[in-house]
Amino acid sequence: MALLEVKNVTKRFGKVEVLKGIDFSLEKGQVLSIIGSSGSGKTTLLRCLNFLETPDTGVISVDGNDIFDAEDTKKMSAAAIRESRLRFGLVFQSFNLFPQYSVMENLMLAPKLRAKEEIKAAKGTRAQLKQRFAEIEENAREILASVGLSDKEDSYPCQLSGGQQQRVSIARALMMKPDILCFDEPTSALDPELTGEVLKVIKGLRDEGRTMIVVTHEMEFARNVSDNVIFMANGVIEEQGDPEELFGAPKSTILQSFLSGIKK
Amino acid sequence: MAITWSSFCKVTLRLLEGFETTCLIFALTLVLALPLGLIISFGSMSKFKPLAFITRVFVWIIRGVPLMLQIFVVFYVPRLLWHWPFLSRFNAVIVAFVINYACYFSEIYRGGIEGIPRGQYEAGEVLGMTKSQIFFKVVLMQVVKRIIAPMSNEIITLVKDTALARVIMVAEILKVAEEYASTSALIWPTFYTAVFYLVFVGVLTLLFGYIEKKLSYYKA
Ligand SMILES: Nc1ncnc2c1ncn2[C@@H]1O[C@H](COP(=O)(O)OP(=O)(O)OP(=O)(O)O)[C@@H](O)[C@H]1O
Ligand SMILES: [Mg+2]
Repeated sequence: MALLEVKNVTKRFGKVEVLKGIDFSLEKGQVLSIIGSSGSGKTTLLRCLNFLETPDTGVISVDGNDIFDAEDTKKMSAAAIRESRLRFGLVFQSFNLFPQYSVMENLMLAPKLRAKEEIKAAKGTRAQLKQRFAEIEENAREILASVGLSDKEDSYPCQLSGGQQQRVSIARALMMKPDILCFDEPTSALDPELTGEVLKVIKGLRDEGRTMIVVTHEMEFARNVSDNVIFMANGVIEEQGDPEELFGAPKSTILQSFLSGIKK
Repeated sequence: MAITWSSFCKVTLRLLEGFETTCLIFALTLVLALPLGLIISFGSMSKFKPLAFITRVFVWIIRGVPLMLQIFVVFYVPRLLWHWPFLSRFNAVIVAFVINYACYFSEIYRGGIEGIPRGQYEAGEVLGMTKSQIFFKVVLMQVVKRIIAPMSNEIITLVKDTALARVIMVAEILKVAEEYASTSALIWPTFYTAVFYLVFVGVLTLLFGYIEKKLSYYKA
């Protein structure tokens, strides 16, 4: 069974139907790239997966459990959403780090709040909380090392380059141990010479076997790193498949012209 | 009459009594209006449109009418309409000041809160934080940094606005000094009050400068 299953997701903003019925699935450990021209609905799709937008119709299931079902509003309580959305992580185009916190604090804020809630709910002791905090700190150090930023623990986001900020934001998303990590054009806010270090981190995550969805304009990256590529146009999946096939022999004229437009 | 050392000391002591009232009006207004202003700002930003509308009209009225007039209204209207001397002079001043300043603060809060990029909320949400965790742990400190300059302006204005309390005979420092002018024909105590205000505002200026510096460790 696929890890992620998206069925007939639609979304409209006012009169504009931005997603017109999206269906796809994703196996555990696979990397899916989503490409497509501006306004085709890529960001909206990722936002739906992360519960930042509510689809009008459709079902999203992870591990066979429907975590979203437009017909079943019971699943849409704030508490239920909070649990479900942690199946996904999202790395934003614009990083969205918390400027007042150091790198370590950015990583640990959400997990510590969660640990506090859990210990309180279980009527745990102060020592247990301390223990959890220590684990979180250790985990944060490990993850920070894995994105190559061990020396930036105490830096503030404003003291980091764009590439470093984006790596911190990837680390922050990893702290919540998402099943599926989503990236929305993780490098398009970066200077060209900084995109490499971020893409390298994403490649590293693939090699660890992480399941990821990457919206990208980096065709080279999509072709080399992903197991599957989706090409979106006007709110539908126009074409999907193996990257070599999709890039090597695009079937639809719309994808052909999209790809030739990029090369120019 | 010449200023003698003993008259200077006597006047200083009397003015200090008035200054105590000044400080009390200042402190009570601040302590009550800061949180009330936050509540009003939530009202004016409410997604429930009628509430947002009513709140904004209220803020418009309070900011559009002189504070002096509001003090009169709070003090006299209940008495005239219902013969209801519910509020003492001092309490009437506090009520009028708190409402007035809460409205000014609410607009500053609103500007600060609305200036926080949506991405900050969304980052908190996708990390599984609750709305209140996001507000208190992510947004609030950034709002504080954004509003500290306009807030310090408003708070310094409050120091001087306390002098309005004398319109309903509350003996703040300027009222006390004016009594010297009318009963003993002494005008210098009135000018002398400036020293008290200047010291007070000077201390506040240093304090806000310190807070601003404390918050300058990061750029938003
Ligand atoms: N909150 C919103 N309200 C109204 N319209 C929106 C909203 N969000 C997105 N849209 C519209 O939906 C369409 C798809 O937007 P989306 O951001 O998903 O495209 P995209 O594929 O990510 O484009 P890009 O490559 O430029 O990032 C656009 O026409 C956009 O204007
Ligand atoms: Mg987009």
